[in-house]
This record gives sequence, structure tokens and C-alpha cells, in this order.
Amino acid sequence: MLRLLALLLLLLCGPLVAHADDPLAELASGSFDTVRQGVEDLAQSGNPNAAKILSALQNGQLYYLPDHTLLIQADDGSYANAITGKAVSDDDAEARSVRINNSIRSVLDAALGSLRLFDPNPSVRLNAAGAVFDAHQPAAIPALDRALAKETDSAVKTRMQQARAAAVLSDPGAAQDARLAAVPVLRARGDEAARGVLASVADQPGPVGAAAKAAVASIDRVLQLWSLAQSVYYGISLGSVLLLAAAGLAITFGVMGVINMAHGEMVMLGAYTTFVVQQVMHAYVPSLYGGSLLVAIPMAFLVAGLIGVVIERSLIRWLYGRPLETLLATWGLSLVLQQVVRSLFGADNRNVTTPDWMSGATQLGGLTLTWNRTYIILFAFLVMAALMAALRYTPLGLRMRAVTQNRRMAAAMGIRTPWIDALTFGLGSGVAGIAGVALSQIDNVSPNLGQGYIIDSFMVVVFGGVGNLWGTTLGALTLGIVNKFLEPIAGAVLGKIVVLVLLILFVQRNPRGMFPLKGRAVEA
Amino acid sequence: MSQDETSLSRRGLGRLGVAAATLAAFGAVEAKTSEPAAAQPTGGTIKVGILHSLSGTMAISETTLKDVMLMLIEQQNAKGGLLGKKLEAVVVDPASNWPLFAEKARQLISVDKVAAVFGCWTSVSRKSVLPVFEELNNILFYPVQYEGQECSRNVFYTGAAPNQQAIPAVDYLRNESKVKRWVLAGTDYVYPRTTNQILEAYLKSLGVAQDDIMINYTPFGHSDWQNIVASIKNFGSAGKKTAVVSTINGDANVPFYKELGNQGIKATDIPVVAFSVGEEELAGIDTKPLIGHLAAWNYFESVETPQNRKFVATWKKFTKNPKRTTNDPMEAHYIGFNMWIKAVEKAGTTDPDAVIDAAIGVAVPNLSGGYAAMMPNHHITKPVLIGEIQGNGQFSIVSQTPGLVVAQEWSPYVADTKDLIGDWRAPMRCGAFNVKTGTCTAGKKV
Amino acid sequence: MKLDRAAILTIVLVFGAALVMAALNQMTPPASAMHVPTYVIALAGKYLCFAMLALAVDLVWGFAGILSLGHAAFFALGGYAMGMYLMRQIGDRGVYGNPNLPDFMVFLGWKQLPWYWHGFEWFGFAMLMVVLVPGVLAAVFGWLAFRSRVTGVYLSIITQALTYALLLAFFRNDMGFGGNNGMTDFKAILGFNIQADSTRSALLVISALFLCGQFLLARFVVGSRFGKILIAVRDTESRTRFLGYRPESYKLVVWVLSAVMAGIGGALYVPQVGIINPSEFAPGNSIEAVIWVAVGGRGTLVGAILGAILVNFGKTWFTSVLPELWLYALGAMFILVTLFLPRGVVGLFRRRSRLEPEPEVPAASAAQEVTG
Repeated sequence: MLRLLALLLLLLCGPLVAHADDPLAELASGSFDTVRQGVEDLAQSGNPNAAKILSALQNGQLYYLPDHTLLIQADDGSYANAITGKAVSDDDAEARSVRINNSIRSVLDAALGSLRLFDPNPSVRLNAAGAVFDAHQPAAIPALDRALAKETDSAVKTRMQQARAAAVLSDPGAAQDARLAAVPVLRARGDEAARGVLASVADQPGPVGAAAKAAVASIDRVLQLWSLAQSVYYGISLGSVLLLAAAGLAITFGVMGVINMAHGEMVMLGAYTTFVVQQVMHAYVPSLYGGSLLVAIPMAFLVAGLIGVVIERSLIRWLYGRPLETLLATWGLSLVLQQVVRSLFGADNRNVTTPDWMSGATQLGGLTLTWNRTYIILFAFLVMAALMAALRYTPLGLRMRAVTQNRRMAAAMGIRTPWIDALTFGLGSGVAGIAGVALSQIDNVSPNLGQGYIIDSFMVVVFGGVGNLWGTTLGALTLGIVNKFLEPIAGAVLGKIVVLVLLILFVQRNPRGMFPLKGRAVEA
Repeated sequence: MSQDETSLSRRGLGRLGVAAATLAAFGAVEAKTSEPAAAQPTGGTIKVGILHSLSGTMAISETTLKDVMLMLIEQQNAKGGLLGKKLEAVVVDPASNWPLFAEKARQLISVDKVAAVFGCWTSVSRKSVLPVFEELNNILFYPVQYEGQECSRNVFYTGAAPNQQAIPAVDYLRNESKVKRWVLAGTDYVYPRTTNQILEAYLKSLGVAQDDIMINYTPFGHSDWQNIVASIKNFGSAGKKTAVVSTINGDANVPFYKELGNQGIKATDIPVVAFSVGEEELAGIDTKPLIGHLAAWNYFESVETPQNRKFVATWKKFTKNPKRTTNDPMEAHYIGFNMWIKAVEKAGTTDPDAVIDAAIGVAVPNLSGGYAAMMPNHHITKPVLIGEIQGNGQFSIVSQTPGLVVAQEWSPYVADTKDLIGDWRAPMRCGAFNVKTGTCTAGKKV
Repeated sequence: MKLDRAAILTIVLVFGAALVMAALNQMTPPASAMHVPTYVIALAGKYLCFAMLALAVDLVWGFAGILSLGHAAFFALGGYAMGMYLMRQIGDRGVYGNPNLPDFMVFLGWKQLPWYWHGFEWFGFAMLMVVLVPGVLAAVFGWLAFRSRVTGVYLSIITQALTYALLLAFFRNDMGFGGNNGMTDFKAILGFNIQADSTRSALLVISALFLCGQFLLARFVVGSRFGKILIAVRDTESRTRFLGYRPESYKLVVWVLSAVMAGIGGALYVPQVGIINPSEFAPGNSIEAVIWVAVGGRGTLVGAILGAILVNFGKTWFTSVLPELWLYALGAMFILVTLFLPRGVVGLFRRRSRLEPEPEVPAASAAQEVTG
């Protein structure tokens, strides 16, 4: 009997206690579950400070003192009372941060979304509507209705309508008509997020479930079509990475005929240059940090290019005409360079950050284009165009072509062939260094970085046809796209094996690649 | 066994007049007792072997473990050494080359006469040296989480077995995030294969349908994750909460997380829980887009205990680098080394046989405020911690098992091993004892 | 076939040293100053197997001008064939006590032995495969490549692609070769305990025997009429073709022979190191094998053996003495040897014989000398 009473009391008081509690005290409780409750309560409370406190919480700047006073930490590390805004000094170092986990983060996103629907800035409202969509909670409907009534920006309005549709559809208690009306709104959105909301109600009985199921099927058909285009994009993206990695080699190996096994290490040095540039800029000119990659590109070119010139003058020039021995010496060199970097920077990965303008993705119809890869694709083509232009239109390029085509004649015309050799090798190495800047954005920056690309680079150059930059470009793109179409069918490992075997067979049929050089150079 | 033939040939040699060969002819027992005699410390030092790759692909992870061992040995020497003698580290570089691991192990034991070896990271390196340790009867402390299904008398496994990492992590996601759909993504090698096999059986036993489990394997060092991440996103759009359980190894993680961040998969949408991503791996990534993704380990640098604070501070001082992080395998070496010290003190000798017997039951403090005990199956008890990635490259601990978890060296989810147990105490002394048939199938110490 | 002093010396040294080491290991007590520890026996056996690989590389590179950067693939394939035999020999002594399946298959939940594993329980069949698998692969690859006149650098690069493709393939657990872990924990070979000192000593002597046999065979081949034509192909392929020979046939024969030699080396390597796994296919391994030959002296055969032993001894030594710095030493060695010892260590000691290749000095570098 007593137990029953206690249970009754608990049942009665449980919710009462939670609701009666001050949401601010809940936030300062230190328990994940209570904090989550606090976020929900605060969002509904109409407290004018709610948005401020919740965004501080989201940014990890909300602290509390042992007496449950909430503090907000400013960027400079000073504290202010979350309610009054008065500065508080934390002399005893007692302030502890309010820790959050994923479930709090979800609730927080939804709560802040609802609060920010009325923000004066349309892009904030757009993001807020997105967050409300992600949460698709029926509780947000009143706020959405109020926001929709005031909304003037058409993009934001669409997003809010979608968010409202998602919330209505997810509410089993809503009127059937309203829910049915929500289905076409979501189908019109047509992306994976909309599909997710629809699919979550698709197995409910009744007309809503049936309509959702049909909508899911129609979205799937559209997505399927887009996925084909998406694969092409992935292929081009992979191809552009291969192209960048191989571009330098197309000069040193393709044009000069030097089998440079240390090519990958030039790429690696470029990536490490990026790291150093970022560190230096972070320390001395933090305001320009966003442009660090733009600074790193010429720096990487110079560093790798200079090292290339040094290598050519000290090592490779003694080995001209002995391609296989060059291979061995440069392999030894690659071991040494790796170990140098390992000694200088340590064996573990270095953190090269991605600037904001290269993070995230944009949506183009049903295509997801990640910014870093899109920039790398553009960059790769830019590099190739610049290389071709340099070889074709500059005096240095003219001399380079002269020397590779007929060394003696070039020398007789007064061209200092040794210097041209050094500069050509420097150019190839420099381009490899630039590739390192790009690769630092998608891969590990570690001493092993270069090794992962060396075989692929040689394949690309041989496949495209040695000495032909167009061939290299097309070769890289073909390999990238073939790889990306094989991958979903055969799996990542088998796909790569199939590509390699195809490549071996191709080279055996066409030993000089897709675009063989014609003329006397062939038998040289 | 083929002992008959070999001893016959040896006896033949003995007749040639070489007395020692006849002695050796009596076989394994003789051979095994003569080796440890040689392993006794000579002079004023006790040698400790460190077998971690300092070059090649694994240097990225293993170099740190070499450094932590050097630190622990230095500390122990500052405390007066062991059995009145100084410890001396013997460092070799097996260069991420698996046969070289076996060669170096043999060298450490039979040329350098080390008393114990701390080393290996990958499963294959452990498999490569295992026969050497069993043949020459020495001790290996193996500090990395691994696939289980092994229980050698000569190895002490101070890393986690699958049940000390994977299952609590899945339970956390089920209960905390209400996950209903699972992507098991891994690198194609033994550890992910086994872990996923166990997880698949476990999830099915909880009623998860086959359609709600997606398994994907990629090669080592996979760097182009575009379509795999896209297919995860697609798999996650079925209206049920989806999570990724990642056993992706080392180098492939950085591009994987970068792609996740760029394709906008947030931890609140599709959380990723990883078993091979620790503070060291995160040091190479900008973690801001990854906040909230999870990892399950038995230790995090962010553990708030006095022991850990001291350990982290000593480590930063030892490496003279305030940015060096600590991680789970380092704690495993910390525990393993202290256990070995205790076992040697208990046995009063560094003789491997005596130390192996003395080690079982030894308990030392771990860094998360509890005790790690060496169990009869040569695995240790561990707490399981779940951490969420923070913007500063550290983990915020969001869950911790209430007690310590005992390792299951033989998985109950694999048909052939569900009846096996390992127990190296007398009188059983067996690494794989079948409780159904009552026989010892492997690893019996003669 | 006449043998010069160097060749006889090589055979006597290799075989004699192996025999003496094995005998000392077996007949002297461990405490004796004369005792050769098992550690050294295992190392020496490994070096001799590498020497077989180097010999195979030298045969095609030094005498037919084919620079293979994928020879370790044949070595590893031979090793895998032996490894499969050794796995079957374990029988029910495996961890799971399954008499039919190797441990790693039980582990992955396989129910029956894949078809390509059948037959490997017989030593004879396995040994046939040691020869056949690398041989057939080399024949197919070589036939395609030489017929369409893929030469020089192009050939080198597709051999790299070949070994890389095999590396990825053997990494796959679904292939049934043990994935990344490969095969290990062998128990017995032909009924002998594989860990016993006597077995190790025997394997060392057998390795020495095979190495000497291969050396003699290679000497015979390059000294014969066939070898003369091969050298002609190496020096000017087109001229040889105009004289009415079919260079592709000559290349193919020596290529297959070389692959088989490498395969046998791999087969002997596996029981001595106790593990075979896909990293043996790593492209770097093949390049290293070429470097052993370059260090010893290309086109000398003796040099290949010497180079393999020297470099590997260096590796063993440096990795323990200078664990942090050994890559510098190794890398510097490669650079210095190619720059200053184009004819390898052997070149230091003797005049050039007619069998050796000309140092490659085509027109381009001649011009370089004129202008530079």
C-alpha cells in the first residue's frame, strides 16, 4: 500500500517537478537528460534571453557556477552572467562548461531553429527553417505558422512550408487532409531528407501511408537518374585528383623521360609546405588565414621546384640516358625524403585545415557538389591549362621543347641545355608541389602521402601517352570515371583491381598509350 | 607431432659424439628450459624489448608507443629499477614489414636476451611474431584493440577484445539515439571482419532486420570516399534513425571524415561511432565539422582523474611537446608495463615461465580511476568509455560502463568458438578449452 | 660449360657456408663459442631466398634488358603455393581443431574448402604449383607484352601495375587466401616440426642447394647460344629482329624461367620466415630486389647473390643499430651505388666481361656530355 502511494506520488510529482523547475537551473545541472529538458523548457518559456543562452550552449560557451548561476563566456575568455549580462570574474576557476551530447544537440538545433525563424537576416531564417525541417517536430507548427505569415523572401518561405509539411506529416494526431496535403510539398523537395520524412510514415495504414509510399517511389526514380550524373561528377573529381598528381610527372617523365620515383615525395613536400604556411599565418597574420591556401600554392611551387632543381643538378644530371638507374637512385631519394620529413615533423598526420569557402557542399538540382572537390576540379584544369600555355607560349617553354626534341641542335642554337634541363625538372617538381596543396585538402598529410599516388601517377601518364599533356588529362579523367562506375558494381577493392587489369591489357595492346607521339621521338 | 623424426635425427647426430646434441634431443621441454636460463638478466640490467615500427606505413601509430615505453622505463629506473637492477630498453625497427617483425622478435629474444617484449600494432604483425614467442618462450605485451579469437600463453593482451568496445558502443546508440538502422563500414581485414560478424549477429539477436544492416569494406588507405559517403546518406534516408559503426583503419579515416563533413552529414543526423579513431588520428583533422561523432575506447585523454592528469603532464614533459596527445593503446602499455613490473616482483625473477604464472591475478590502477586485472585468459578487465568528438580534437566522455568488462577472447557469436574458453592457470593451462567436449583444442602447454 | 674462378668460389662459399652453419648449429652445444644460433640460421636462410629472387631479376634485367618491377609477385605466388601446403599440413592442430579448414576460413565462417585449395595437401602437387602458378602467369603476361613490343620503361610500369593488382587482390578476404593476415602459425613440413632447429638447418642447406642450382642453370643459359641471342636482344632489339630472330620468343622463355626461379625462392622463404601475406606483393619490394642486383652488379649473376645478401644484411644490421636512421643509410646507399658504382660491387673487383651489359649511354647523354 505504502509502495503504491509512493508510486502515485512519484507519478504525480515527476512531471510537476520537471516543469516547475527553472529551465536555467536545469541547464546548470550537469546531467545530460536534465540539460536536454532544460533546453526544451527554455525554448518554450518565452524567456527573452533564450536565443542568446541557447546559442552560447551550442557554441560551447555556456558555463555554470556551483550555485547554478549560468555564465556566458566571451571570445576573449571573460565571463558574463547569462541573464543580467554583468561581467563575472571567475577567480576560483569554479566555472564548468555545460556539456552537451548528440541528443541535446538535436533538441538545441530544433529549438534555436524555431527561435530564429523571426531573425531579420533572411539567410539565418533559411538555416533556421532547415533546422526545423530536420527536427520535424509538431511542436514547431505554431511558430512556423506565425513565421510564414510574416515571411516575404520566397526561398525562405518555400523552406518554411517544407518544414511545416514535414512537421504535419510526422504528427500522427494531425488531420488527415492536412497530412495528405503535406505529401506533395515534400515530394516537390525531392531530396534524401524529404525522402526520409516520407519513408518514416510510408508503412502507416490508410491513405497517408499510401500517398507517402508513392511519393517515396517517385523520389527514388528521380534520385536514380541524378545518381548517374553524380557518378560522373565523382569520376571527374577522382580524375582531377589523379590529374593533379600526375601533372608534374607528365613533365619530368613525359617530357624529359626521367623516371622520378621521388615524384610522390614532391607532392608530399607541397602538402607539408601548406601545413607550414598555415601555421605561420595562424601565428602572425590570423586575419588572412582564410587565404592561406592561396599563399601556399606559390610557396609549394617554389619549395618543391627548388628542391627539384637541386635534385636535378646534384643527382639526375649524372644519370641522363640511364632511365632505369635514375629510377633506382630516385627511389633511394624518396626513402631519404620521407625519413627527413618524419624526423622534422613526426610520423603522425599534420592537420591542414580547410578554409570556410572550401567546406561544405552546394546543391545543383539533385547533384551534391562538395566545395573542396569542385575547387580541386577547377584547379586541376587551371594547372593543366597553365602548363600547356607555358610550354607553348613562353620562351622557356620553347627552349624546353627544343631541347627535348633535338638536344644537339638546340645546343648548337645557343640554348644552355643543362639549365633548361634543371628548369624543366624544377617545373615538374613545382607542379607536383602544387598538387600537394590540393591533396592536403582531401587526404592525410603524412610522410607516406606521396607513396599512395606514385603508381597511379605513372599509370595515368603511360595510359595517356607519354609526352602528351592532353593525353594525360584525358587519361586521368577516363580512369577516374571508369573507376567510379565500377565501384558500386564491384566494390571499391575489386573495382580498383579491374581498372588495373584493364590498364595492363590496354598498354599491352597500345604500348604507347592513348595518344602516342608520332615521329622520330618514338624510337629514341 | 613430428617430434619423433626430429629427435631421431638428433640422436643420429649425438652418436657422432656431440654430447650436447643428445641433450637437445629430449625435445621441447629441454629446449624451453634452456632458453629462459639464457633470458635471465646478465650484469646489472634487465633488458626490455620494444618492437614497434618506426618507419613504413605503421610508423604513424607505433612511434608513439615506442616513446611511451621509453618514458615508462625511464620512470621505473628513477624509482630504482626492478629487482635492484636498472631496466634497459632495446629498440628495434621492424619497419612495418611483417616477416621482419618475426625476425626482430627472434633477435630480441635470442640475441639481446630481453626479459619481455612490448610491441606490435596490427593483427598481422602479432600473428607473425606469435610462433616465435611460443617457440622461444618469451612474453609479448600487445597493447591494441583487436579481433579476439586468440589466447596464447606467451601473449598478454592489454588492448580490448571486441566485447570490450563494440557491443557497449552499439548499446549506447540504441538506447541514447534510438538507432534502428546500421551501416557497418570497415577496412577489409581481420579486425573489422570479425567485429562486424559479431555485431551483425548481435543486432539480429535484437531483432534488427537484414535490410536495416549495410556492410561495406574498403581497401587500406582508401582515399576517395565520395560515393560510399553518398550511399550512407542514401541508406540513412529511409525514415529510421541510422548510425555508422566504423572499423575503418588508420590512414583512411582522415579522408573519410573530411568527406563526411563536406557532404554535410552531421552527428545529429547520422552519428558515426569509430573503434579505431583516437586522439592521435584526430590530431590530423580539423574536427569542427565532426563534433558529436563518437568513438568507443577504454581510455580517453580527457578522462578526469588525478592519475590521468599526472600521466598526461609527464608525457608532455617527456616529449617536450605540449601538443602531444595520449591515447588508448598508450594506456594499454602503461597498464601492461606496470603489470609486468608487479608480476616480476611477485615472482622474484624475470624468468618468463615464473612471470607468466605470477601475472594472472595481478591488478594495477588504470588511468580512468579503476583497476585493471589480468584474467586467466591473459586479457584484462576494462571500463568501456564512449566519447563524442569535440572541436579541439579531444573527446567528451558521454557514457561509461558502470563496472569493468571482462574480455571474451573467444567470441560467443562465432559458431566454432562459442564453446571455447582460455584459462592459463594450473591445472587447466589451455588457451582453447572446449567446455562441451572437455578437451583442449589448442595452445596446451606441454 | 666452363666455370670461372668467381663462379666456383660463389658456389663453394654459398653451399659451404650453409653447410658449416647448419652443422655447427646442430653439433655444438649452445654455450660453445663455435655454436651458430638458430637466429642466424633463420636469417641466412632468408637471405639465400632473397638471393634467388635477385638472381631471377638479374637474369631478365642483366641479360635480356627487361627491367621487371614486379618480380616479387612471382616470389610471393610461389610463397603462397607453399603456404597453402603448410596450412593444410596443420590439419586439426589449428586453433579451432578443424581438420578440413584453415583457421582463417573457420574464422570468417566458411563452411567448405574453396575448389582451388584442393590438392594442396599433397606436397608434390603443391610443389608443382610453386612452379606452375608463377610460370603460367609470367607466360600469359609476357606473351601479351612482348608480342606487342612493350619495352623499357613501359614494361617496368605495367609490371608494377601487375604486382599492385595482385597486392590488392590478395588483401581481399573474399579471395580465400587469408586477407591481410595471410598465412602463418605453420606446424610441420613433410612431417618435420617446422620450428625445430634441425628442420631450420635442413631448410638452410636446401635453400643453398637450390640457389647454387639456379646459379648454375642461369650460367648455363647465358653462356649458351640462346644466351648470346638474348644479349643481342638486350643490346639492340631491332637489329636482332632484322637478322631474322624473334626477340619476343627469346624474351618469353627467359622471362618464364626467371619467374619460376623467383617462385621457388618464395616457396623456400615461407617455411623459414613462418609467414606469407600480401605485403610481399608491395611494389616497393620488387624495386628493392632490383636494387640488390644493382648493388651487386647487374648482368653478373654473382653480383645478384652478393647484392641480395649484402643489402639484406645491411638492413638487419641498421634496423637494430640505428632504428631511427636506417632509412637514411639505405636510401643513401641506393643513391651512391647508382652514381658511383654503376657496375656494382662486383665491378670493383674485376674487368668487364663480354657478358655484362654496356652502361646505358645512348645518344641523349652523349649529347649531354658534349654540351654540359
